[in-house]
Amino acid sequence: MTPLLALEAVKKYFPLRRGLFSRAIRHIRAVDGVSLTIAQGEAFGLVGESGSGKTTLARLIPRLTRATGGRVVFAGQDMARAGGRELTGLRREMGIVFQDPASSLNPRATLRKSILRPLELQGIRGFEARERLDATVALVNLGAEVLDRYPHQLSGGQQQRASIARAIILRPRLLILDEPTSALDVSVQAQILNLLQDLQEEIGLTYLVITHNLAVVRYMSDRIGVMYLGKLVEMAPAAMLHARPLHPYTAALLSASPPADPRLRDRKRYPLAGDPPSLIAPPPGCRLHPRCPAAIERCRHEEPQLVEAGEGRHVACHLWEELNLAAAAGVDRPPSVADR
Amino acid sequence: MSLSATPELLRVEELTVVYETGRGTVRAVNDVSLQVDRGEVLALVGESGCGKSTVALAIMRLVPPPGKIAGGKVGLEGQDLLRLPEAALVGIRGKRIAMIFQNPLVSLNPVYRAGSQVKEAIALDQAARLDAWRKAVDIMGQVRIPDAAERALSYPHELSGGMRQRVMTGMMISRSPDLLIADEPTTALDVTIQAQVLELLLDLRRRNRMSLLIITHNLGVVAEIADRVAVMYAGNIVEQAGVFDLYERPLHPYSRLLLRALPRLAKGEGRLETIPGNVPNLVDTIAGCAFHPRCPQRLPVCAVTVPKARPAGPARQVACHLLEATSP
Repeated sequence: MTPLLALEAVKKYFPLRRGLFSRAIRHIRAVDGVSLTIAQGEAFGLVGESGSGKTTLARLIPRLTRATGGRVVFAGQDMARAGGRELTGLRREMGIVFQDPASSLNPRATLRKSILRPLELQGIRGFEARERLDATVALVNLGAEVLDRYPHQLSGGQQQRASIARAIILRPRLLILDEPTSALDVSVQAQILNLLQDLQEEIGLTYLVITHNLAVVRYMSDRIGVMYLGKLVEMAPAAMLHARPLHPYTAALLSASPPADPRLRDRKRYPLAGDPPSLIAPPPGCRLHPRCPAAIERCRHEEPQLVEAGEGRHVACHLWEELNLAAAAGVDRPPSVADR
Repeated sequence: MSLSATPELLRVEELTVVYETGRGTVRAVNDVSLQVDRGEVLALVGESGCGKSTVALAIMRLVPPPGKIAGGKVGLEGQDLLRLPEAALVGIRGKRIAMIFQNPLVSLNPVYRAGSQVKEAIALDQAARLDAWRKAVDIMGQVRIPDAAERALSYPHELSGGMRQRVMTGMMISRSPDLLIADEPTTALDVTIQAQVLELLLDLRRRNRMSLLIITHNLGVVAEIADRVAVMYAGNIVEQAGVFDLYERPLHPYSRLLLRALPRLAKGEGRLETIPGNVPNLVDTIAGCAFHPRCPQRLPVCAVTVPKARPAGPARQVACHLLEATSP
C-alpha cells in the first residue's frame, strides 16, 4: 500500500548571513535528513522539545517553506515538482491547525468569513458554500450563534474549533495539527482532543500531530516519532514507545514528563545533562552524546543511523540492543490506579 | 513533609482583590485564605484567569492598578503586610519574600551581565562590594549553573531559557528569603529542563528551609513537588488538601473534573472526561457557587448561596454544598 505522505531524507537549512550582501557562511540545520511515512487514515505523532525541528518539518509538507534537500511525496506526487495549479490542488488536500488560534484567525473578520475563506479561494460560493459551512460547523460543535462574532469575543476553545472548521472545510485528506492544545486550559484541551478523535473517525482524516506534550501525543497517535536537534531518533507504535523506549533521549523525555500522580514522584529518572547544544554547530557523531548518560567513545565520532528494531520500530542509537531503558527511566511500572 | 511542629510562616486571611473596570467591579480574588508553613511547598493551581497570580501579587502588595486589595490580611509570622507603611516593605520584598516569574527574559535586565545582576541583589544587604562578585559566582554555582565564573559574564540573551531561570532563582535566593513565590516557573521550559529546575527548587527548600508557594496550571508539576495544594476557580479557593489526598480522592467537583480531564489514556482506550462550558469571564457576576453553571452535580442551593470553606478531614477544606449536604 502506498502511504499518503512520504518524507525521504528531508532537509531544511536556514542560512546565517553576516552583513547584507555576504554569502551564507553557516547554516542552522533545523531539519537534517528526516525520513518517515504516514499511511492513509493513520494518526502520526511527532514529539520533541523546542528547536527539535518539528514545526519546520510541518511547514515543509505543504511547501510553505522549500526543503533544502530530500523529497516530500504526497499522494504519490513530488511536492517540489508540482507546478502552480497542481500545487494548489495538492494543498487543498491538506489542512493545518496552529497552536495559537487567536493569532491564526483574522482579528478583523467574523468567524463565518474566516471559515468560508478557503471555499472562496476555490471559487465555491452561494448555496453550496452555505451548505458546507453548516455541515462543518456542526462537525466541530460550534454554535451557529457565534459565527457572526469576531475572534476576540470568543473563548480559546471556540477559537480553536473555528480554526479546525476552517482547516477541514475543503475536506482535506491530511490534517497537520501543530500544538493544537498547547495554548488551551486543561478543561478545554480535553474537549478539543475528544473532538479531534471524533473527526478522524467521522470523516476519515489522516493526522500529523506535532506537540511537546507526551500525554497528548499518546492519546492522539497510532505511531510516534521522536525528534532531537533536527533528527528523528526513534519511531514506534505509540504504546510501545511509552512502555519500552529504545533511545536514551526518548527515555529521558518520558521520565522527565510529570505523570500527574504524586505517588510516582520518587520514580527512577533518566536525566540528561545540561541544555541542548546549538543547531549551528551540532555535536559530531550522535547529537545527543554530550548530554547522554550512556554515551561511549563511538558515539562521539560515528553518527548512528535510523535502523529497524523489530515490531515496526526504528531507532538511531549505537547501543539500543544493550540498554534496558524502560527500567532505567522508571516507565516499566504497572499502570497506576490514576491511569484508570 | 509538613510536620505538625513546623511553625506557620504565611497566613493569608479573607484576601479580596478587586479591579474597577468600565463594566463594573471584578472580584479577581474573593475571600481567599491560605497558609504556608516553614519549609513547606504549597501549590496554588487553577486555569487561566482564576486569580492565582493576583494572589501572589497581593501577597507582595504589588497588584497593579486599576486593581486594589479590598480586604483581608497577609500575615508574615504574625505581622500584617497589608498594614505596613510602603517604606517598610523594602525590608520584606526580596529580603523575606522573593518571587520568580514565568519568563525570566522579561525579568532580567538585557544590558547587564548575569553575574552583575546577582551581585546587585547581594550588595543590597551591604555585603562588602569586593566580595559580592565572588558571592554571586558562588550562588550561581549553587543554582547549578555549570562554569559559573564564566557564565556570570554572559548577558541574558546569551543564556538558554533554563539558565536564565536559574540566574533569576539565584538572584532571588541570594538574600535567603523565607518564602519564594514561583509563578509558573517552568511553563516556558522544555520538560527535560523543567525537571532540572523543579529539582533545584526542592533542593533549595531542603537546604535553606525555605518555603515555596508555586503557582501553576500544570497538574503534573503539582504532583511532582507540592506538599499541599489549593485549587482555585474564578477567584475562589474551592479545595485545599494534602497532595496525596487530593489526587487520590478529590472532593470538590471542579478538582475532580480537572484531574479527570488530563489525558492519561492511549489512543482507542476511551474518551477524556470534559468539563462542560468555559472558564467564566469574571466581569459577569455569578450568583451562588461560581462553578455551579458547569457543575454536573449542582443542587438548587448552589445557584443561590456561596458555599463556605469547611473542614473535610485532617488538614483539608472544601467549599461545596454537596459536602455540607452529606456530612452530619
